Amino acid sequence: MAVKIALAGNPNCGKTTMFNALTGANQYVGNWPGVTVEKKEGKVKSRKGKEEVIVTDLPGIYSLSPYTLEEVVSRDYLLNEDPDVIIDLVDATNIERNLYLTTQLIETGIPVVIALNMSDLLAKNNIKIDVKRLSMLIGCPIIETSALKGTGLNEVIDEAVKVAKKSEHKLPGEIFEEDIEKAVSDVQGMLPDSISENKKRWYAVKLLERDSKVKENKKFPHAVLNQAETEAKELEKVHDDDMESIITDGRYNYIQKLVASTVKKAKGQLTVSDKIDRIVTNRILGIPIFLIVMAVVYYISVTTIGTIVTDWTNDVFVVAIQDAVSSGLGAIGAGDLVTGLVVDGIIGGVGAVLGFVPQMAILFLFLSLLEDCGYMVRIAFVMDRIFRHFGLSGKSFIPLLISSGCGIPGIMASKTIEQDNDRRLTIMTATFIPCGAKLPVIALMGGVMASYATGSYVAGGFVAPLMYFIGILAVLVSAIILKKTKPFSGKPAPFVMELPQYHIPSAKTVLMHVWERLKGFIIKAGTILFLACVVMWFLGGFGFADGGFGMVEDSNNSLLAVIGGVIAPLFAPLGFGEWQPVAASLSGFTAKEAIVSTMGVLANVAGDTEDAVNVAQGVAAWFPTTIAAFSFLLFNLLDSPCLAAIATMAQQMQSRKWFWFAIAFQNIFAYLVCLSVYQIGSFVMGGAFGIGTAAGFIVAIIFLVLLFRPDPYKNQKVYTKTSVQAAR
Amino acid sequence: MTLKDAEVGSTVVVTRIEGDGAYKRRIMDMGITKGSEIYIRKVAPLGDPVEITVRGYELSVRKNDAECVQVK
Repeated sequence: MAVKIALAGNPNCGKTTMFNALTGANQYVGNWPGVTVEKKEGKVKSRKGKEEVIVTDLPGIYSLSPYTLEEVVSRDYLLNEDPDVIIDLVDATNIERNLYLTTQLIETGIPVVIALNMSDLLAKNNIKIDVKRLSMLIGCPIIETSALKGTGLNEVIDEAVKVAKKSEHKLPGEIFEEDIEKAVSDVQGMLPDSISENKKRWYAVKLLERDSKVKENKKFPHAVLNQAETEAKELEKVHDDDMESIITDGRYNYIQKLVASTVKKAKGQLTVSDKIDRIVTNRILGIPIFLIVMAVVYYISVTTIGTIVTDWTNDVFVVAIQDAVSSGLGAIGAGDLVTGLVVDGIIGGVGAVLGFVPQMAILFLFLSLLEDCGYMVRIAFVMDRIFRHFGLSGKSFIPLLISSGCGIPGIMASKTIEQDNDRRLTIMTATFIPCGAKLPVIALMGGVMASYATGSYVAGGFVAPLMYFIGILAVLVSAIILKKTKPFSGKPAPFVMELPQYHIPSAKTVLMHVWERLKGFIIKAGTILFLACVVMWFLGGFGFADGGFGMVEDSNNSLLAVIGGVIAPLFAPLGFGEWQPVAASLSGFTAKEAIVSTMGVLANVAGDTEDAVNVAQGVAAWFPTTIAAFSFLLFNLLDSPCLAAIATMAQQMQSRKWFWFAIAFQNIFAYLVCLSVYQIGSFVMGGAFGIGTAAGFIVAIIFLVLLFRPDPYKNQKVYTKTSVQAAR
Repeated sequence: MTLKDAEVGSTVVVTRIEGDGAYKRRIMDMGITKGSEIYIRKVAPLGDPVEITVRGYELSVRKNDAECVQVK
């Protein structure tokens, strides 16, 4: 029979690296039963001729408390699924806090093997650990490993298998002070025999701690509960603290003693990491450095190298494929219909989206480097003050930052936000930040707007930064408004965030990160966008003309025109009541930059329909005023993102209700903002006062009220729910 | 004195942690327990949060949360 191993450990201790190194490609990712925390399992490779070993990667946690979903999931797995052995990953450079979880893991009664990870960094950090002595004191085998370098991995698995095969296991030992241990053994002695001997200590400690989850799940005889309560009260009186804190204190006191006699640390020296950190998060230099780093990253990945590779992919690579396929199809005698569908509909559409892949790859390479070397978490540290003002934490900043490249990985990056409501809020608003695909739309509409003032169709240089600014503003306004409603309210849990040491990122990890993010995008582009492109091609190319249904030459007869025409009146109050801009907005759901080419096609623009300045001249007639053009741009900035991003939202929300709420919120928010901007804007520019103007003002007033009303949940005592999947 | 008022560059010892339930547990799980030494490393550029060293590693704590930690 296969040996079942649970891999447990703190976040940032190299657990994911170890899991990947152990299992390679033999992984299956699912969800834990009933909850949405990611569950990874895998078969250990390199076990030729030996028994099969299956590793379950538990979420990265600091403790086994009953308060966060990850911790509860881990406890439930350990207690109910009975793995044969736990491999506890301990970061050797941060041993005290890491051993805290170890004391709790040992208590579960399952044999534990400690993998002392990052042991290759010990010498560099001037730390000496007496492994033999520590192993003897703590009562479980310790193997030195380095997941990154791949050393010690086979040894740790062999040791775990050896331990798992032993018939007799040691019971968890005593670690607390005398009076606490007496209470534990008293309660332990009264536990019913239905609880196996090795798990009795765990339940005794948990009952003394008044652990709500344990009390709920297991029915204990009243005598036991009463005994635990009496003992707990007595201890609380003596120690002048609550029982949970007494136990936590006890564990750390025990660890302190262990560490004092086994770990030698050179004190007072500044490590390289400290020196870097002193400059990078310096009070004066911190923010300028952050701005420079970001400017360099975006300059390289969006404007210079990024543009070169994207242009090449779009203009050379995709066109070459189109030509090849179209001549290939012609050669085998395919009809115009099929050729049109394949070449223009599918390759053109999907190709336009995939054209962003190289640019995104460059951006993600930079972001992964920043993340892996430890700078990203410092950004959260630096930015927290600003975001807390709006009810979010510094951790929300990273998804927003990534969204400026593409919303899909941005939404995925929200995984690290602990509070459920903050995470949902970030997912909902991340795509307000203009992504790379929205830049052509901004250039186009900026050109239209400029033409009223200057007669030239080149957008002013200030338009793109303005739209980024509006995007950030929309995120913050939404955060303030939503935070004052019940589902998003709640007292924030303490924002305690580990700031791991800086280190030189490994090429393997960085490339893995980049690939994981790109993969999500490519898969979505290949599936959902594929379908969307086919549908858009059909709607745009077919329709009723000359008394029959079929392919139409004039786009005015297409199905898209019919649909656009039906919905268009809805958008008249926003300033763009023609069917063409509405149809173009619809095409934006396949990919936002498709709006430009769709408008170009619908306006029968001669020449390059992807060239913003060229298209702007043809479409200006649909927008009577600057305000109307601005309103159209604003709407396409704030409404729901492209289908690929929508699918990512659905996947990350993990709840149908919340997903539809997000979609409704984005579109209604976009509609109302544009309504009041257009109506009030037109009025101020000298328009007549009508029903629309009144509606615009009413909406604006409602917005202001929602923004500035006092928070009805300000003094709420209930903590927000957390369920986080550790990022690494 | 609370951790919030401790000066940058100073080392303090935790005497008591206020609060209850999940809140207190989260802080204590990270190693801020009675008797533990805390070194205040620095304040973020905008004045909050604070970076501290506790049990040999670096932790970011908001001033608001630091208020619950009594130190001397």
